[in-house]
Amino acid sequence: MFDDFIIRAFVAGIGLALITGPLGCFIIWRKLSYFGDTIAHSALLGVVIAHAMNFNLIIAVFAVSCFIALSLLFLQKRTNLPDDALLGLLAHSVLAIGLVLLGILSFIRIDLMGLLFGDILSVNITDVLFVWVGGSIVLIVLILIWRPLFAATVNLELAKAEGLNADLANAIFTILIASVIAISIKIVGILLITGLLIIPAAASRNLSSTPIQMAIISSVIGLVSVVLGLQTSMIWNSPTGPTILAITLGVFILSLIPLKKLLISKKKIELSN
Amino acid sequence: MNNSLVELNNCGVFRNQKWLVRGVSLKVSQGEIVTLIGPNGSGKSTTAKMSLDILKPDEGTNTIKKDIRISYVPQKISIDWSLPLRSIDFVNLVTKHKTSEINDALGITGIQHLINEDVRNLSGGEFQRLLMARAIAKEPHFLVLDEPVQGVDYSGEIALYKTIQEIVKKINCGILLISHNLHVVMSQTDYVICLNGHVCCSGIPSSVIKDQEYIKLFGSNIDPTLSLYKHNHDHHHLPDGSIKEADKNK
Repeated sequence: MFDDFIIRAFVAGIGLALITGPLGCFIIWRKLSYFGDTIAHSALLGVVIAHAMNFNLIIAVFAVSCFIALSLLFLQKRTNLPDDALLGLLAHSVLAIGLVLLGILSFIRIDLMGLLFGDILSVNITDVLFVWVGGSIVLIVLILIWRPLFAATVNLELAKAEGLNADLANAIFTILIASVIAISIKIVGILLITGLLIIPAAASRNLSSTPIQMAIISSVIGLVSVVLGLQTSMIWNSPTGPTILAITLGVFILSLIPLKKLLISKKKIELSN
Repeated sequence: MNNSLVELNNCGVFRNQKWLVRGVSLKVSQGEIVTLIGPNGSGKSTTAKMSLDILKPDEGTNTIKKDIRISYVPQKISIDWSLPLRSIDFVNLVTKHKTSEINDALGITGIQHLINEDVRNLSGGEFQRLLMARAIAKEPHFLVLDEPVQGVDYSGEIALYKTIQEIVKKINCGILLISHNLHVVMSQTDYVICLNGHVCCSGIPSSVIKDQEYIKLFGSNIDPTLSLYKHNHDHHHLPDGSIKEADKNK
């Protein structure tokens, strides 16, 4: 059944949505949305390297992303520049290096549109495997480091003082983001991946009252958006990645409706009758 | 000594071309409350962080006994809106507890009824009580309290300090307490260290309060015999801040 590109697209998209849910929550909680962007921008360098050396795209992007993430940790310790300046520095310099290399190595032909916006309909069986195997590993690791990572998210010093290995959890978390971005390049592209991480999580915030609830609901919203987005894009013949993102925005807008309040006031009315 | 939990030996922290604090030595043992006092920027929180090994001292040594449970009530925690967090989740932040343990801890600080409340809906004083409840739920060996009563109303402040003393008795932990007001805490404190970038003076509360260095920093116009708590042995504070026989107190 994996012969059908539509089915492959569904399977890959659903797998990706399940990982981006909880990871996106942490990105929002830790105010790291620009970090996701930085990693995604630097992915171009990975793509160029992969093409030049005829290497697996996802692994090359993952390696470059990890390198950028670790560079950031290094720069944070070495300079007093604020994080957003460091991220800007890394994002655009690495993007520039990628473009320079792309120009020099003129034999490389890259589908730039596919890179920027992804093409979920072109994923092959290897990509699907990367999503599900890689994604499962990411989820398991995230569950394993959940407590120190979450405690460090609430208060770094408190987590450290009480003996949790917060620095290690933070470093592992950046690697998880790098892997998810590498996995998702082909599916939603480097310009849209941050959106897929953040928008479902943001919508989920309005519907949840505990952290774990928010992570799960975020995955569900991502999943629904992927399914609806794929179907819509087939009906309207619209680009798939952007369609999925547009649907997540729709869910976010719906999530702003204060359902709980409406339900409570309705109950009150019923009671008073 | 064997029962010493944490020891700082001539410790200092150097940042941005200046010493935040220097030459601090202190020791906290089991069942003992050590209080740090000093004006703003005198290095109290820095010293507390060295005793927790969050900050590595640039000179001197900090020794923390191995395999002890440590609880920390930081001076400031802000919970972002994006984070949905109830009181119960916050108590479970570092160590997962049984619901009964959480109820007990919240009960001791008088906020049991807020167990399922979102922490952003708590008032400043209630949040401070939650921080304290989380810290004691762990039954720590060593407890660091950085201005634990800020934002708590006056009667609640005294009750919370009394709670601290009860905790020490119950779980026999060592406490490092940071306070801006020696008079409220002096009757619970075993040892006081007065900081102002360095150790100005130290000793038992009754001797520190007469020390020239202390009087220079805090003034002598507050008569220690007016210490509120000293007069309060004859009546009872409820943990929720209400005081029985409140008129005797005034």
